[in-house]
Amino acid sequence: MNDIATTAGNTHPMISMTGVEKWYGAFQALKDINISVAKGEKIVLCGPSGSGKSTLIRCINHLETYQKGEIRVSGTVLGHQAKTIDAVRREVGMVFQQFNLFPHLTVLENCMLAPLRALKLSRQEAEGRARQLLERVKIAEQADKYPAQLSGGQQQRVAIARALCMRPQVMLFDEPTSALDPEMVKEVLDTMIGLAEEGMTMICVTHEMGFARQVADRVIFMASGAVVEEAPPAEFFSNPKHERTRKFLGEILGH
Amino acid sequence: MNYTLDFTPVIEGLPSLLTACLGTFTLAICGMLLATVIGIGGVVLRQSKIAPLRWLVIVFVELIRNTPFLVQIFFIYFALPLTGIRLDPTPTAIIALGINGGAYAIEIIRGGVQSISKGQMEAGLALGLHKGQVFRLIILKPALRAIFPSLTSQFVLLTLTTSIASAISAYELTSVSQRIESDSFRSFEVYFTVTIFYLVISWLMMRLFALFSARYFAYPVK
Ligand SMILES: Nc1ncnc2c1ncn2[C@@H]1O[C@H](COP(=O)(O)OP(=O)(O)OP(=O)(O)O)[C@@H](O)[C@H]1O
Ligand SMILES: [Mg+2]
Repeated sequence: MNDIATTAGNTHPMISMTGVEKWYGAFQALKDINISVAKGEKIVLCGPSGSGKSTLIRCINHLETYQKGEIRVSGTVLGHQAKTIDAVRREVGMVFQQFNLFPHLTVLENCMLAPLRALKLSRQEAEGRARQLLERVKIAEQADKYPAQLSGGQQQRVAIARALCMRPQVMLFDEPTSALDPEMVKEVLDTMIGLAEEGMTMICVTHEMGFARQVADRVIFMASGAVVEEAPPAEFFSNPKHERTRKFLGEILGH
Repeated sequence: MNYTLDFTPVIEGLPSLLTACLGTFTLAICGMLLATVIGIGGVVLRQSKIAPLRWLVIVFVELIRNTPFLVQIFFIYFALPLTGIRLDPTPTAIIALGINGGAYAIEIIRGGVQSISKGQMEAGLALGLHKGQVFRLIILKPALRAIFPSLTSQFVLLTLTTSIASAISAYELTSVSQRIESDSFRSFEVYFTVTIFYLVISWLMMRLFALFSARYFAYPVK
Protein backbone atom coordinates (compact mmCIF):
# COMPACT_ATOMS: atom_id res chain seq x y z
CA MET A 1 0.00 0.00 0.00
CA ASN A 2 3.01 2.28 0.32
CA ASP A 3 3.57 2.21 -3.36
CA ILE A 4 0.12 2.96 -4.57
CA ALA A 5 -0.35 6.17 -2.68
CA THR A 6 -3.61 7.19 -4.29
CA THR A 7 -5.20 9.27 -1.61
CA ALA A 8 -8.42 11.14 -1.12
CA GLY A 9 -9.10 14.39 -2.90
CA ASN A 10 -8.25 15.30 -6.44
CA THR A 11 -5.77 17.92 -5.45
CA HIS A 12 -2.64 16.21 -6.73
CA PRO A 13 -1.39 17.03 -10.21
CA MET A 14 -1.97 14.58 -13.04
CA ILE A 15 1.74 14.18 -13.52
CA SER A 16 4.50 15.25 -11.23
CA MET A 17 8.19 14.68 -11.72
CA THR A 18 10.46 15.59 -8.85
CA GLY A 19 14.22 15.53 -9.07
CA VAL A 20 14.23 12.97 -11.88
CA GLU A 21 17.68 12.03 -13.13
CA LYS A 22 18.60 9.50 -15.73
CA TRP A 23 21.87 8.14 -17.01
CA TYR A 24 22.74 6.02 -19.99
CA GLY A 25 25.91 4.54 -18.55
CA ALA A 26 28.09 7.54 -17.80
CA PHE A 27 26.02 9.92 -19.93
CA GLN A 28 23.41 11.90 -18.04
CA ALA A 29 20.30 12.23 -20.20
CA LEU A 30 18.01 13.91 -17.65
CA LYS A 31 19.17 16.37 -15.00
CA ASP A 32 17.01 17.22 -12.00
CA ILE A 33 13.69 17.36 -13.84
CA ASN A 34 10.86 18.98 -11.89
CA ILE A 35 7.63 19.25 -13.79
CA SER A 36 4.07 19.29 -12.61
CA VAL A 37 1.15 18.97 -15.00
CA ALA A 38 -2.38 19.68 -13.78
CA LYS A 39 -5.43 17.82 -15.02
CA GLY A 40 -6.48 19.22 -18.38
CA GLU A 41 -3.24 21.08 -18.90
CA LYS A 42 -1.48 20.99 -22.28
CA ILE A 43 2.28 21.12 -22.34
CA VAL A 44 4.49 21.49 -25.37
CA LEU A 45 8.00 20.23 -24.87
CA CYS A 46 10.66 21.44 -27.26
CA GLY A 47 14.40 21.68 -27.54
CA PRO A 48 17.27 20.75 -29.79
CA SER A 49 17.89 17.18 -30.94
CA GLY A 50 19.39 15.07 -28.19
CA SER A 51 18.19 17.35 -25.41
CA GLY A 52 16.26 14.52 -23.74
CA LYS A 53 12.64 15.25 -24.75
CA SER A 54 11.86 11.69 -25.77
CA THR A 55 13.67 10.30 -22.76
CA LEU A 56 11.61 12.52 -20.48
CA ILE A 57 8.20 11.53 -21.75
CA ARG A 58 9.22 7.88 -22.03
CA CYS A 59 10.05 7.90 -18.33
CA ILE A 60 6.44 8.86 -17.59
CA ASN A 61 5.14 5.49 -18.82
CA HIS A 62 8.29 3.66 -17.86
CA LEU A 63 9.48 2.81 -21.34
CA GLU A 64 12.71 4.17 -19.87
CA THR A 65 13.87 3.66 -16.33
CA TYR A 66 15.35 6.47 -14.29
CA GLN A 67 17.81 6.34 -11.46
CA LYS A 68 16.80 9.19 -9.17
CA GLY A 69 13.73 11.16 -8.23
CA GLU A 70 10.05 10.36 -8.31
CA ILE A 71 7.32 10.34 -10.94
CA ARG A 72 3.67 10.29 -9.97
CA VAL A 73 0.85 9.78 -12.39
CA SER A 74 -2.48 10.92 -10.96
CA GLY A 75 -1.09 10.34 -7.50
CA THR A 76 0.32 6.87 -8.13
CA VAL A 77 4.02 6.70 -7.56
CA LEU A 78 5.55 5.09 -10.60
CA GLY A 79 7.65 2.51 -8.83
CA HIS A 80 9.61 -0.14 -10.59
CA GLN A 81 7.22 -3.03 -9.97
CA ALA A 82 5.27 -4.51 -12.84
CA LYS A 83 1.97 -3.91 -11.08
CA THR A 84 2.22 -0.14 -10.76
CA ILE A 85 3.84 0.18 -14.16
CA ASP A 86 0.94 -1.60 -15.80
CA ALA A 87 -1.59 0.47 -13.85
CA VAL A 88 0.09 3.68 -14.97
CA ARG A 89 0.42 2.56 -18.58
CA ARG A 90 -3.31 1.98 -18.76
CA GLU A 91 -3.84 5.61 -17.74
CA VAL A 92 -1.26 7.07 -20.08
CA GLY A 93 -1.64 6.93 -23.85
CA MET A 94 1.34 7.38 -26.11
CA VAL A 95 1.68 8.33 -29.76
CA PHE A 96 4.99 7.73 -31.49
CA GLN A 97 6.77 9.45 -34.33
CA GLN A 98 6.75 6.23 -36.38
CA PHE A 99 3.06 5.41 -35.61
CA ASN A 100 3.93 1.84 -34.62
CA LEU A 101 0.65 0.38 -35.74
CA PHE A 102 0.59 -3.42 -35.73
CA PRO A 103 0.91 -4.41 -39.40
CA HIS A 104 -0.82 -7.78 -39.10
CA LEU A 105 -3.99 -6.36 -37.54
CA THR A 106 -6.67 -4.28 -39.22
CA VAL A 107 -7.30 -0.74 -38.06
CA LEU A 108 -10.21 -1.97 -35.97
CA GLU A 109 -8.18 -4.83 -34.47
CA ASN A 110 -5.34 -2.43 -33.68
CA CYS A 111 -7.80 -0.39 -31.64
CA MET A 112 -9.42 -3.39 -29.94
CA LEU A 113 -6.32 -5.33 -28.94
CA ALA A 114 -5.40 -3.59 -25.70
CA PRO A 115 -8.97 -2.99 -24.47
CA LEU A 116 -9.59 -6.73 -24.95
CA ARG A 117 -6.34 -7.98 -23.47
CA ALA A 118 -5.32 -5.37 -20.93
CA LEU A 119 -8.72 -4.09 -19.80
CA LYS A 120 -10.51 -7.42 -20.44
CA LEU A 121 -13.45 -5.71 -22.08
CA SER A 122 -15.95 -7.82 -23.99
CA ARG A 123 -15.57 -7.93 -27.76
CA GLN A 124 -18.76 -5.97 -28.17
CA GLU A 125 -17.66 -3.25 -25.81
CA ALA A 126 -14.17 -3.05 -27.28
CA GLU A 127 -15.53 -2.84 -30.80
CA GLY A 128 -18.04 -0.17 -29.83
CA ARG A 129 -15.29 1.93 -28.32
CA ALA A 130 -12.99 1.41 -31.27
CA ARG A 131 -15.61 2.39 -33.84
CA GLN A 132 -16.60 5.45 -31.84
CA LEU A 133 -13.02 6.67 -31.59
CA LEU A 134 -12.24 5.91 -35.22
CA GLU A 135 -15.24 8.06 -36.00
CA ARG A 136 -13.81 10.80 -33.86
CA VAL A 137 -10.48 10.81 -35.73
CA LYS A 138 -12.53 10.74 -38.95
CA ILE A 139 -11.32 7.41 -40.23
CA ALA A 140 -14.24 5.10 -39.46
CA GLU A 141 -14.57 4.00 -43.08
CA GLN A 142 -11.04 2.54 -43.02
CA ALA A 143 -11.75 0.23 -40.09
CA ASP A 144 -11.17 -2.98 -42.02
CA LYS A 145 -8.02 -1.91 -43.80
CA TYR A 146 -4.50 -2.82 -42.77
CA PRO A 147 -2.00 -0.14 -41.70
CA ALA A 148 0.08 -0.55 -44.86
CA GLN A 149 -2.95 0.48 -46.91
CA LEU A 150 -3.21 3.88 -45.21
CA SER A 151 -1.33 7.14 -45.69
CA GLY A 152 0.99 8.36 -42.94
CA GLY A 153 -1.53 10.89 -41.70
CA GLN A 154 -4.26 8.28 -41.55
CA GLN A 155 -1.96 5.87 -39.72
CA GLN A 156 -1.12 8.47 -37.14
CA ARG A 157 -4.79 9.24 -36.57
CA VAL A 158 -5.43 5.53 -36.07
CA ALA A 159 -2.56 5.48 -33.58
CA ILE A 160 -4.26 8.31 -31.68
CA ALA A 161 -7.58 6.46 -31.71
CA ARG A 162 -5.85 3.28 -30.56
CA ALA A 163 -4.37 5.08 -27.57
CA LEU A 164 -7.72 6.74 -26.77
CA CYS A 165 -9.45 3.35 -26.72
CA MET A 166 -7.83 2.76 -23.34
CA ARG A 167 -9.62 5.90 -22.05
CA PRO A 168 -6.36 7.35 -20.78
CA GLN A 169 -6.19 10.32 -18.46
CA VAL A 170 -3.06 11.65 -20.13
CA MET A 171 -1.77 11.56 -23.67
CA LEU A 172 1.91 11.73 -24.55
CA PHE A 173 2.97 12.64 -28.07
CA ASP A 174 6.54 12.19 -29.26
CA GLU A 175 6.97 14.23 -32.44
CA PRO A 176 3.75 12.88 -33.92
CA THR A 177 4.05 14.86 -37.16
CA SER A 178 7.79 14.64 -37.84
CA ALA A 179 7.57 11.53 -40.00
CA LEU A 180 4.69 12.88 -42.10
CA ASP A 181 4.66 14.44 -45.52
CA PRO A 182 3.89 18.15 -45.12
CA GLU A 183 0.39 17.87 -46.56
CA MET A 184 -0.60 15.39 -43.85
CA VAL A 185 0.62 17.34 -40.86
CA LYS A 186 -2.53 19.39 -40.60
CA GLU A 187 -4.97 16.49 -40.30
CA VAL A 188 -2.99 15.09 -37.38
CA LEU A 189 -2.59 18.46 -35.69
CA ASP A 190 -6.32 19.11 -36.09
CA THR A 191 -7.03 15.81 -34.37
CA MET A 192 -4.74 16.81 -31.53
CA ILE A 193 -6.33 20.24 -31.27
CA GLY A 194 -9.74 18.58 -31.07
CA LEU A 195 -8.48 16.39 -28.26
CA ALA A 196 -7.06 19.39 -26.44
CA GLU A 197 -10.35 21.23 -26.72
CA GLU A 198 -12.12 18.31 -25.09
CA GLY A 199 -9.93 18.79 -22.05
CA MET A 200 -7.39 15.98 -22.40
CA THR A 201 -4.21 16.37 -20.39
CA MET A 202 -1.42 16.34 -22.95
CA ILE A 203 2.34 16.49 -23.16
CA CYS A 204 3.49 16.99 -26.72
CA VAL A 205 7.03 16.90 -27.96
CA THR A 206 6.77 18.89 -31.14
CA HIS A 207 8.37 21.61 -33.14
CA GLU A 208 5.03 22.75 -34.54
CA MET A 209 5.10 26.17 -32.98
CA GLY A 210 1.74 27.13 -34.45
CA PHE A 211 0.24 24.23 -32.50
CA ALA A 212 2.08 25.36 -29.38
CA ARG A 213 0.71 28.89 -29.72
CA GLN A 214 -2.80 27.64 -30.26
CA VAL A 215 -3.22 24.96 -27.60
CA ALA A 216 -0.37 24.95 -25.11
CA ASP A 217 -0.87 26.23 -21.60
CA ARG A 218 2.86 26.12 -21.13
CA VAL A 219 5.89 25.57 -23.32
CA ILE A 220 8.84 23.83 -21.74
CA PHE A 221 12.22 24.23 -23.35
CA MET A 222 14.92 21.65 -22.70
CA ALA A 223 18.59 21.58 -23.52
CA SER A 224 21.28 19.04 -22.58
CA GLY A 225 18.93 17.04 -20.39
CA ALA A 226 17.70 19.92 -18.27
CA VAL A 227 14.67 22.21 -18.31
CA VAL A 228 15.97 25.64 -19.31
CA GLU A 229 12.81 27.63 -19.41
CA GLU A 230 9.06 27.24 -19.12
CA ALA A 231 6.41 29.81 -19.84
CA PRO A 232 2.99 30.28 -21.42
CA PRO A 233 3.37 30.37 -25.20
CA ALA A 234 2.75 34.10 -25.61
CA GLU A 235 5.53 34.90 -23.21
CA PHE A 236 7.76 32.06 -24.39
CA PHE A 237 7.75 33.23 -28.00
CA SER A 238 7.76 36.99 -27.48
CA ASN A 239 10.03 37.25 -24.52
CA PRO A 240 12.35 34.25 -24.08
CA LYS A 241 14.60 34.78 -21.08
CA HIS A 242 17.52 32.53 -21.82
CA GLU A 243 20.08 32.85 -24.54
CA ARG A 244 19.72 29.17 -25.47
CA THR A 245 15.99 29.57 -25.89
CA ARG A 246 16.46 32.58 -28.13
CA LYS A 247 18.99 30.73 -30.22
CA PHE A 248 16.69 27.72 -30.54
CA LEU A 249 13.68 29.86 -31.48
CA GLY A 250 15.80 31.71 -33.99
CA GLU A 251 16.71 28.44 -35.68
CA ILE A 252 13.29 26.93 -35.61
CA LEU A 253 11.29 29.98 -36.62
CA GLY A 254 13.89 30.91 -39.20
CA HIS A 255 14.53 34.42 -37.86
CA MET B 1 25.59 -52.93 -69.45
CA ASN B 2 23.34 -55.92 -69.95
CA TYR B 3 21.21 -55.01 -66.96
CA THR B 4 17.54 -55.24 -67.96
CA LEU B 5 15.15 -53.05 -66.06
CA ASP B 6 12.37 -54.89 -64.33
CA PHE B 7 9.87 -52.80 -62.43
CA THR B 8 7.62 -55.75 -61.53
CA PRO B 9 8.70 -55.90 -57.87
CA VAL B 10 8.23 -52.13 -57.58
CA ILE B 11 4.77 -52.30 -59.13
CA GLU B 12 3.83 -55.16 -56.87
CA GLY B 13 5.18 -53.21 -53.92
CA LEU B 14 3.44 -50.00 -54.92
CA PRO B 15 0.60 -50.26 -52.37
CA SER B 16 3.06 -50.71 -49.52
CA LEU B 17 5.27 -47.91 -50.86
CA LEU B 18 2.31 -45.56 -51.01
CA THR B 19 1.17 -46.36 -47.50
CA ALA B 20 4.77 -45.91 -46.38
CA CYS B 21 4.52 -42.36 -47.71
CA LEU B 22 1.81 -41.78 -45.11
CA GLY B 23 4.32 -42.92 -42.49
CA THR B 24 6.80 -40.40 -43.86
CA PHE B 25 4.17 -37.66 -43.75
CA THR B 26 3.26 -38.56 -40.19
CA LEU B 27 6.87 -38.33 -39.05
CA ALA B 28 7.38 -35.08 -40.94
CA ILE B 29 4.22 -33.32 -39.80
CA CYS B 30 4.52 -34.38 -36.16
CA GLY B 31 8.23 -33.57 -36.21
CA MET B 32 7.52 -30.09 -37.59
CA LEU B 33 4.84 -29.39 -35.02
CA LEU B 34 7.19 -30.37 -32.24
CA ALA B 35 10.01 -28.38 -33.84
CA THR B 36 7.75 -25.31 -34.02
CA VAL B 37 6.83 -25.60 -30.36
CA ILE B 38 10.49 -26.04 -29.42
CA GLY B 39 11.47 -23.21 -31.75
CA ILE B 40 9.04 -20.68 -30.31
CA GLY B 41 9.49 -21.88 -26.73
CA GLY B 42 13.26 -21.76 -27.16
CA VAL B 43 13.11 -18.17 -28.41
CA VAL B 44 11.04 -17.19 -25.37
CA LEU B 45 13.49 -18.86 -22.97
CA ARG B 46 16.41 -17.39 -24.89
CA GLN B 47 15.09 -13.92 -24.00
CA SER B 48 14.35 -14.80 -20.39
CA LYS B 49 15.56 -12.62 -17.55
CA ILE B 50 16.88 -15.77 -15.88
CA ALA B 51 20.40 -16.33 -17.18
CA PRO B 52 20.56 -20.14 -16.66
CA LEU B 53 17.50 -20.54 -18.89
CA ARG B 54 19.21 -18.57 -21.63
CA TRP B 55 22.35 -20.70 -21.25
CA LEU B 56 20.28 -23.85 -21.40
CA VAL B 57 18.89 -22.81 -24.80
CA ILE B 58 22.32 -21.84 -26.12
CA VAL B 59 23.81 -25.18 -25.03
CA PHE B 60 20.86 -27.08 -26.50
CA VAL B 61 21.15 -25.34 -29.86
CA GLU B 62 24.92 -25.85 -30.05
CA LEU B 63 24.69 -29.47 -28.95
CA ILE B 64 22.07 -30.39 -31.53
CA ARG B 65 23.47 -28.42 -34.41
CA ASN B 66 26.96 -29.78 -33.99
CA THR B 67 26.18 -33.49 -33.76
CA PRO B 68 24.88 -35.87 -36.45
CA PHE B 69 21.19 -36.60 -36.61
CA LEU B 70 21.88 -40.33 -36.86
CA VAL B 71 23.70 -40.23 -33.53
CA GLN B 72 20.87 -38.24 -31.96
CA ILE B 73 18.24 -40.72 -33.05
CA PHE B 74 20.42 -43.69 -31.93
CA PHE B 75 20.90 -41.98 -28.60
CA ILE B 76 17.16 -41.73 -28.01
CA TYR B 77 16.47 -45.22 -29.32
CA PHE B 78 19.35 -47.24 -27.87
CA ALA B 79 20.85 -45.21 -25.04
CA LEU B 80 17.78 -43.75 -23.32
CA PRO B 81 16.28 -47.20 -22.57
CA LEU B 82 19.19 -47.68 -20.16
CA THR B 83 17.64 -44.88 -18.07
CA GLY B 84 14.27 -46.61 -18.26
CA ILE B 85 12.82 -44.52 -21.11
CA ARG B 86 11.87 -46.96 -23.84
CA LEU B 87 10.11 -45.67 -26.94
CA ASP B 88 8.89 -47.28 -30.14
CA PRO B 89 10.62 -46.33 -33.41
CA THR B 90 7.91 -43.93 -34.58
CA PRO B 91 7.72 -41.77 -31.41
CA THR B 92 11.50 -41.91 -31.22
CA ALA B 93 11.80 -40.61 -34.76
CA ILE B 94 9.24 -37.84 -34.13
CA ILE B 95 11.02 -36.71 -30.99
CA ALA B 96 14.42 -36.80 -32.68
CA LEU B 97 13.13 -34.86 -35.69
CA GLY B 98 11.36 -32.36 -33.44
CA ILE B 99 14.43 -31.78 -31.31
CA ASN B 100 16.73 -31.50 -34.29
CA GLY B 101 14.40 -29.26 -36.30
CA GLY B 102 13.61 -27.28 -33.15
CA ALA B 103 17.24 -26.34 -32.59
CA TYR B 104 17.45 -24.88 -36.08
CA ALA B 105 14.02 -23.29 -35.74
CA ILE B 106 15.14 -21.46 -32.58
CA GLU B 107 17.91 -19.70 -34.46
CA ILE B 108 15.71 -18.94 -37.46
CA ILE B 109 12.77 -17.60 -35.45
CA ARG B 110 15.09 -15.60 -33.21
CA GLY B 111 16.35 -13.82 -36.30
CA GLY B 112 12.75 -13.00 -37.19
CA VAL B 113 12.01 -11.61 -33.74
CA GLN B 114 15.12 -9.45 -33.88
CA SER B 115 14.02 -8.06 -37.23
CA ILE B 116 10.86 -6.57 -35.71
CA SER B 117 11.36 -2.93 -34.78
CA LYS B 118 11.63 -2.04 -31.12
CA GLY B 119 8.76 0.39 -31.67
CA GLN B 120 6.30 -2.52 -31.97
CA MET B 121 7.26 -3.80 -28.55
CA GLU B 122 7.09 -0.30 -27.07
CA ALA B 123 3.69 0.42 -28.58
CA GLY B 124 2.36 -2.78 -27.01
CA LEU B 125 3.86 -2.04 -23.62
CA ALA B 126 2.61 1.55 -23.71
CA LEU B 127 -0.90 0.18 -24.23
CA GLY B 128 -0.61 -1.72 -20.95
CA LEU B 129 0.03 -5.19 -22.38
CA HIS B 130 2.44 -7.51 -20.60
CA LYS B 131 5.67 -8.63 -22.19
CA GLY B 132 4.24 -12.09 -22.85
CA GLN B 133 1.16 -10.65 -24.53
CA VAL B 134 3.31 -8.34 -26.61
CA PHE B 135 5.35 -11.31 -27.82
CA ARG B 136 2.36 -13.51 -28.53
CA LEU B 137 -0.02 -10.97 -30.01
CA ILE B 138 2.25 -8.41 -31.63
CA ILE B 139 5.74 -9.71 -32.34
CA LEU B 140 5.26 -13.37 -33.22
CA LYS B 141 3.25 -13.23 -36.43
CA PRO B 142 5.28 -10.55 -38.24
CA ALA B 143 8.45 -12.30 -37.01
CA LEU B 144 7.32 -15.64 -38.45
CA ARG B 145 6.36 -13.97 -41.67
CA ALA B 146 9.80 -12.43 -41.99
CA ILE B 147 11.58 -15.78 -41.76
CA PHE B 148 8.96 -18.04 -43.30
CA PRO B 149 11.00 -18.85 -46.43
CA SER B 150 13.93 -20.03 -44.28
CA LEU B 151 11.62 -21.99 -42.04
CA THR B 152 10.08 -23.63 -45.11
CA SER B 153 13.46 -24.86 -46.39
CA GLN B 154 14.37 -26.06 -42.92
CA PHE B 155 11.15 -28.04 -42.70
CA VAL B 156 11.51 -29.51 -46.19
CA LEU B 157 14.93 -30.66 -45.03
CA LEU B 158 13.30 -32.13 -41.94
CA THR B 159 10.87 -33.99 -44.19
CA LEU B 160 13.75 -35.57 -46.13
CA THR B 161 15.58 -36.34 -42.90
CA THR B 162 12.73 -38.71 -41.97
CA SER B 163 14.52 -41.25 -44.20
CA ILE B 164 17.23 -41.57 -41.54
CA ALA B 165 14.58 -43.01 -39.24
CA SER B 166 14.94 -46.16 -41.35
CA ALA B 167 18.06 -46.80 -39.27
CA ILE B 168 15.81 -47.68 -36.34
CA SER B 169 13.24 -49.30 -38.66
CA ALA B 170 10.59 -46.65 -38.14
CA TYR B 171 7.70 -47.09 -40.52
CA GLU B 172 8.39 -44.75 -43.42
CA LEU B 173 9.26 -44.77 -47.12
CA THR B 174 12.98 -45.58 -46.99
CA SER B 175 12.70 -48.58 -44.67
CA VAL B 176 9.83 -50.05 -46.66
CA SER B 177 11.76 -49.60 -49.91
CA GLN B 178 14.82 -51.24 -48.33
CA ARG B 179 12.68 -54.26 -47.60
CA ILE B 180 11.43 -54.47 -51.20
CA GLU B 181 14.97 -54.00 -52.46
CA SER B 182 16.44 -56.76 -50.32
CA ASP B 183 13.66 -59.14 -51.35
CA SER B 184 13.97 -58.43 -55.07
CA PHE B 185 17.56 -57.15 -55.54
CA ARG B 186 16.07 -54.53 -57.89
CA SER B 187 18.11 -51.68 -56.38
CA PHE B 188 18.00 -49.30 -59.31
CA GLU B 189 14.27 -49.65 -59.90
CA VAL B 190 13.40 -49.36 -56.22
CA TYR B 191 15.58 -46.34 -55.43
CA PHE B 192 14.71 -44.63 -58.67
CA THR B 193 11.03 -44.87 -57.75
CA VAL B 194 11.69 -43.75 -54.17
CA THR B 195 13.63 -40.75 -55.43
CA ILE B 196 10.61 -39.67 -57.43
CA PHE B 197 8.41 -40.19 -54.39
CA TYR B 198 10.62 -37.98 -52.26
CA LEU B 199 10.61 -35.28 -54.93
CA VAL B 200 6.83 -35.30 -54.94
CA ILE B 201 6.70 -35.26 -51.13
CA SER B 202 9.06 -32.25 -51.00
CA TRP B 203 7.02 -30.48 -53.59
CA LEU B 204 3.80 -31.18 -51.67
CA MET B 205 5.37 -29.83 -48.49
CA MET B 206 6.39 -26.64 -50.23
CA ARG B 207 2.87 -26.23 -51.61
CA LEU B 208 1.49 -26.79 -48.13
CA PHE B 209 3.74 -24.07 -46.72
CA ALA B 210 2.90 -21.71 -49.55
CA LEU B 211 -0.82 -22.22 -48.92
CA PHE B 212 -0.39 -21.70 -45.20
CA SER B 213 1.63 -18.58 -45.80
CA ALA B 214 -0.92 -17.17 -48.25
CA ARG B 215 -3.67 -17.61 -45.70
CA TYR B 216 -1.94 -16.80 -42.43
CA PHE B 217 0.28 -13.97 -43.66
CA ALA B 218 -2.27 -12.37 -45.94
CA TYR B 219 -1.92 -8.83 -44.55
CA PRO B 220 -0.21 -6.29 -46.82
CA VAL B 221 3.14 -4.72 -45.97
CA LYS B 222 4.73 -1.62 -47.38
N1 LIG C 1 19.54 3.90 -25.46
C1 LIG C 1 20.41 4.92 -25.33
N2 LIG C 1 21.68 4.70 -24.96
C2 LIG C 1 22.55 5.72 -24.83
N3 LIG C 1 22.25 7.00 -25.03
C3 LIG C 1 21.00 7.30 -25.39
C4 LIG C 1 20.01 6.27 -25.56
N4 LIG C 1 18.85 6.86 -25.93
C5 LIG C 1 19.10 8.18 -25.98
N5 LIG C 1 20.38 8.45 -25.65
C6 LIG C 1 20.98 9.78 -25.57
O1 LIG C 1 20.25 10.56 -24.67
C7 LIG C 1 20.13 11.87 -25.17
C8 LIG C 1 18.69 12.29 -25.21
O2 LIG C 1 18.02 11.52 -26.19
P1 LIG C 1 16.51 11.79 -26.59
O3 LIG C 1 16.16 10.77 -27.58
O4 LIG C 1 15.70 11.88 -25.35
O5 LIG C 1 16.61 13.23 -27.26
P2 LIG C 1 15.47 14.06 -27.98
O6 LIG C 1 15.45 15.38 -27.31
O7 LIG C 1 14.21 13.29 -28.03
O8 LIG C 1 16.08 14.22 -29.42
P3 LIG C 1 15.35 14.21 -30.85
O9 LIG C 1 14.80 15.58 -31.07
O10 LIG C 1 16.46 13.91 -31.80
O11 LIG C 1 14.30 13.15 -30.83
C9 LIG C 1 20.81 11.93 -26.52
O12 LIG C 1 22.06 12.50 -26.37
C10 LIG C 1 20.92 10.48 -26.92
O13 LIG C 1 22.10 10.28 -27.65
MG1 LIG D 1 13.09 12.35 -29.58
